[in-house]
Amino acid sequence: MTGTTGTILKPSDFQSSQEPRWCPGCGDYAILKQVQTVLAEKGYQPHEVVFISGIGCSSRFPYYMNTYGMHTIHGRAPAIATGLKVMRPDLSVWVITGDGDALAIGGNHLIHALRRNVDINILLFNNEIYGLTKGQYSPTSELYKVTKSSPWGTAENPFNPVLLALSAGATFVARTIDREVKHQREILKQADDHKGVSFVEIYQNCNVFNDGAFADFTDKKKQPETTIFLKHGEPAIFGVNRDKCLVVENGRLKVVKIEPEGSLPGNVYVHDETSLEKAMLVASLFGPAEHVPRPFGVFYRVRKPTYEEQLRQQRDRAKEKMGEVSLQDLLYGDETWQVK
Amino acid sequence: MSQEKPSVTVRFAGDSGDGMQLAGINFSFESALEGHDIATFPDYPAEIRAPRGTLYGVSGFQVRFGREEVLTAGDEVDVLVAMNPAALKRTLHLLKEGGILIADSDAFDAKNLRLAGYDTNPLENDDLKKKYKVLSLPITSLVREALKDSPLSVKLKDRTRNMFVLGLVFWIFSRDLDIAKDLIRRKFANKPEILSANLKVLEAGYYLGETLEIEIPKIKVSKASLPEGRYRTITGNQATALGLITASKLSGLPLYFVSYPITPASDILHDMARYRYMDVVAIQAEDEIAAISSAIGAAYGGAIGVTATSGPGLSLMSEALGLAVMTELPVIVIDVQRAGPSTGMPTKPEQADLLQAMFGRHGEAPLIVLASATPSDNFYMAIEAVRLATTHITPVILLSDLYLANGAEPWIIPDVNNLPKWKPHIWRGNGDYKPYMRDEETLARWWAIPGTEGAQHVVGGLEKEDVTGNVSYDPVNHEKMVRLRLEKVKRVADDIPEQEVTTGVPEGDLVIVGWGSTYGVIRSVVKQLVEQGYSVGHVHIRYLNPFPSNLQEVLGRFKKILVVEMNMGQLAFLLRGTFLMNVYQFNKVQGVPITERELMSEALKLLK
Repeated sequence: MTGTTGTILKPSDFQSSQEPRWCPGCGDYAILKQVQTVLAEKGYQPHEVVFISGIGCSSRFPYYMNTYGMHTIHGRAPAIATGLKVMRPDLSVWVITGDGDALAIGGNHLIHALRRNVDINILLFNNEIYGLTKGQYSPTSELYKVTKSSPWGTAENPFNPVLLALSAGATFVARTIDREVKHQREILKQADDHKGVSFVEIYQNCNVFNDGAFADFTDKKKQPETTIFLKHGEPAIFGVNRDKCLVVENGRLKVVKIEPEGSLPGNVYVHDETSLEKAMLVASLFGPAEHVPRPFGVFYRVRKPTYEEQLRQQRDRAKEKMGEVSLQDLLYGDETWQVK
Repeated sequence: MSQEKPSVTVRFAGDSGDGMQLAGINFSFESALEGHDIATFPDYPAEIRAPRGTLYGVSGFQVRFGREEVLTAGDEVDVLVAMNPAALKRTLHLLKEGGILIADSDAFDAKNLRLAGYDTNPLENDDLKKKYKVLSLPITSLVREALKDSPLSVKLKDRTRNMFVLGLVFWIFSRDLDIAKDLIRRKFANKPEILSANLKVLEAGYYLGETLEIEIPKIKVSKASLPEGRYRTITGNQATALGLITASKLSGLPLYFVSYPITPASDILHDMARYRYMDVVAIQAEDEIAAISSAIGAAYGGAIGVTATSGPGLSLMSEALGLAVMTELPVIVIDVQRAGPSTGMPTKPEQADLLQAMFGRHGEAPLIVLASATPSDNFYMAIEAVRLATTHITPVILLSDLYLANGAEPWIIPDVNNLPKWKPHIWRGNGDYKPYMRDEETLARWWAIPGTEGAQHVVGGLEKEDVTGNVSYDPVNHEKMVRLRLEKVKRVADDIPEQEVTTGVPEGDLVIVGWGSTYGVIRSVVKQLVEQGYSVGHVHIRYLNPFPSNLQEVLGRFKKILVVEMNMGQLAFLLRGTFLMNVYQFNKVQGVPITERELMSEALKLLK
């Protein structure tokens, strides 16, 4: 059904009539559901929302939403969304992209959309593989990964998308995971609350070409030891028995055991979403799960003027300086003469 | 002594840092203001500051002004300013026998002569003095002398030499210095010392003319009989920018302009960025792909999405233009062509992107292609591009080129109240919206703007089912959609003017066909041929896809068809392929405009 402004809708009201065509068991289903839930909870009407995607499995997303949408070309969704949002700040604009779409072919547009702080929500579905083209390595595949296009293992290091987004100037940067639906929903909601560009990396399992890529972080037994769920103003504690924490030593993060129980060391890492330095420090935890816990949650959040706001101010400055200029006067320009 | 001429051509040539463009623009503007028709040709190197004195660093500005319709910047020049030996070497062949040569003898030193490849000083050559009226003057010394009390450094003083020659040229044509002074005052408003030096030197040059002991003919050119109205000078790029803003007002649609800097299109971006106070959003993208992509996004959101570029940029936009064809969104690409392929000769004109504009996309991806004929025509063609895009809901490529973009002419400023408005094909209904529902007549799909209640839909690059817009791999549906997209563009022919014979006879022995910036040279040659009694017409095509519906019939009225292009025959190829007609070709790809003499000789061959 179509909402009328003011009515509260259900998540299913954001569901289109198209049957999703992702593989059964794909992590994308969970994200679709959470996005629909968040839109309903936040009181949006379908005609106020636009989903722009590129190419890849995740980019089929707009077809499954009963909102406005555009399934575009490979890598260009952030640029297309920029043009739309600049002209239509009234709309809620979301970019749905994948690791190949956003970080390989579309890397340039991604960093510039982040740098400009366009008020859009960029959801990067990271499955560390090319799914739609059937199993080539992606810019987030781990070094030495064996895939169809790397039968002898890759020879290149993966991007850390969170660190990349922070360096590019994103004003909201978070990481979540498909299986953690509550966490995911909370992050999506905050991403949408944020005024300015929101970058959310979502670890998403591709059960056909890269099954279990994030099992270390989703397996209920392993998870307490391999993940840290960041909370603003709180110390970074983890472990099955909540007996480990991060400390800062010589400018680096280190895992230490909390000894004696309950007594946090003085140099414990306390997360601060407003600190870019801290965000980059904790985002740099990117090693193998058995050695380094992987942080999730909101790394960084800061309110800065959005691109649309800056452009509005730019226009206002120009108007103030120039006064009211009619089209006719514009055509006349600086110097005219009359021929009789 | 004084001579009277119908039109006169002046060329300022010097190092790329010598301010020749500024001198040329100033002189052109003053010529227009005096009531002459003008045509200009700025001819500059790609290097911003090439090493001084080198042949490849020569920058030129040619202006022709006259009492009649001035259609080209002139094959030959009456007055040549050569600021150094390299400038002389590169441009002397353009000077008419008996023409005036003004040279800075101070710059003809051993080093500069060597750089230009002269063994001896050409200014001391007796043949040169016999053939031309040579004004070999120690301009550098004269400028330094005039500025001896100025606090400026020698380097800055020498930079005013362009104003000295401008003053001298003003004297030759008995011009009023006040207008030049006004322009200089505006240019250097914030630099009082440089301003006063420029004014002083301008006067010094002018008064030198009066005191010179050598005989210089003063040249008189009567004023043109231009139609009544209010005029300004305008370049092609300026006209494009103004046309886009006007189109936004006429259609009532917001304007989104986005561009990545590229010669010779950047000036459109500069103008649009300046016009922020006119509510245009003007953005510099991270590359051409982002430019066209964000224009598509803006168009999806209900704005006029426009980008301007040149050949290499158009190549980068190919894929996204396919998306615009598939999603049927009104985006406009302005391609200011330059000599290619690849980086080619970025500061030289060519018309070799026509087939790229027509066919440079994968799949069957037809779109509207337009071309402006003169600098000021860019104003009207930019409006036309927006009108067709927003009523037929399709991308449009408007072809301009470097010669039009930088060339200036007097322009009779239209009354905005007389410009026709139009209604964009926007969905405002409350009924059941489907993204590929079409207008029965034009086949334009309805443009539903996000935010419109009940019209939510998804467009995209995947093939869609007719009407519903659902993703479809159905074979018959694909062919149907391909045919619909093609037919939609073809039907634009019902919404554009019929082809006219622009100049000359409506039927006869020969028709000279052109598009884009060859307008001036073809018109001029056809006028001369008709005066000489030949049966010749000029057809200039501004609508290249689709062609005007009567084009074949019009061309068929002539015994011979000569297609003139600054490429290897791209329009000729289209005409042969579309109409199976036999055409002759005249092609020039030298990065310089076709001259009247060249075209005249080609035409006469066919008229024998």
